[in-house]
Amino acid sequence: MSVEVVYFARYRELLGRDGERLEGDFENVEAVRQTLLGKGPEYAVLAEQNLMCARNQDLCRLAEPLADGDEVAFFPPVTGG
Amino acid sequence: MAVRVQQQAFDPGAEVNAMHAANAGVGAVVSFVGYVRDFNDGREVAGMFLEHAPGMTEKALAKIVVEAEQRWPLLKVEVLHRIGTLQPGEPIVFVGVASAHRQAAFDGCNFIMDYLKTRAPFWKKETTGDGPRWVEGRHSDQQAAERW
Repeated sequence: MSVEVVYFARYRELLGRDGERLEGDFENVEAVRQTLLGKGPEYAVLAEQNLMCARNQDLCRLAEPLADGDEVAFFPPVTGG
Repeated sequence: MAVRVQQQAFDPGAEVNAMHAANAGVGAVVSFVGYVRDFNDGREVAGMFLEHAPGMTEKALAKIVVEAEQRWPLLKVEVLHRIGTLQPGEPIVFVGVASAHRQAAFDGCNFIMDYLKTRAPFWKKETTGDGPRWVEGRHSDQQAAERW
């Protein structure tokens, strides 16, 4: 399966990219995060305790299941308002 | 219900007045306006950039409004949030809630702001004398959202 990963704000800046496509078997959002963390130390920001995530533009938990073609977003705590 | 995400400035007074226009059943309007401060976390703030997640932002705000409408008898809800470059003193966000009686409007407005603060994908980056810095999420905002 393939998932489209996107990053926002501080994560986007630290990772130096808007996002990337990942190929593999991902049971849930956490599996995507673990795969990225395993790619190298430059992904260490994704280990932050208060990381937030979304699946197909809806906030979700790391345990959220995934399907082929899903979009997964990782970002720091929101600070609007 | 209307949700707007825009770069342009807005007039809070005009937004409040529009809350009860064309609906004589509205007996109460509660509004919140958030502004850019010139000082935050020990540093003077010269300006701010508001990043958001296009597509997700509107969806998240609409979801928050629907939840408020399910909890209270609201007659009209307006949420307006700015993005892009902002100067100190400028309004960032407007939440207007109209209902027949005041309590629903007070609670609905409070709820929407607490949820917006913790669930709508906006991120503030301040310009300070030490350079730009991302504003960090506050635990107190998280606690405020958890009480509903």
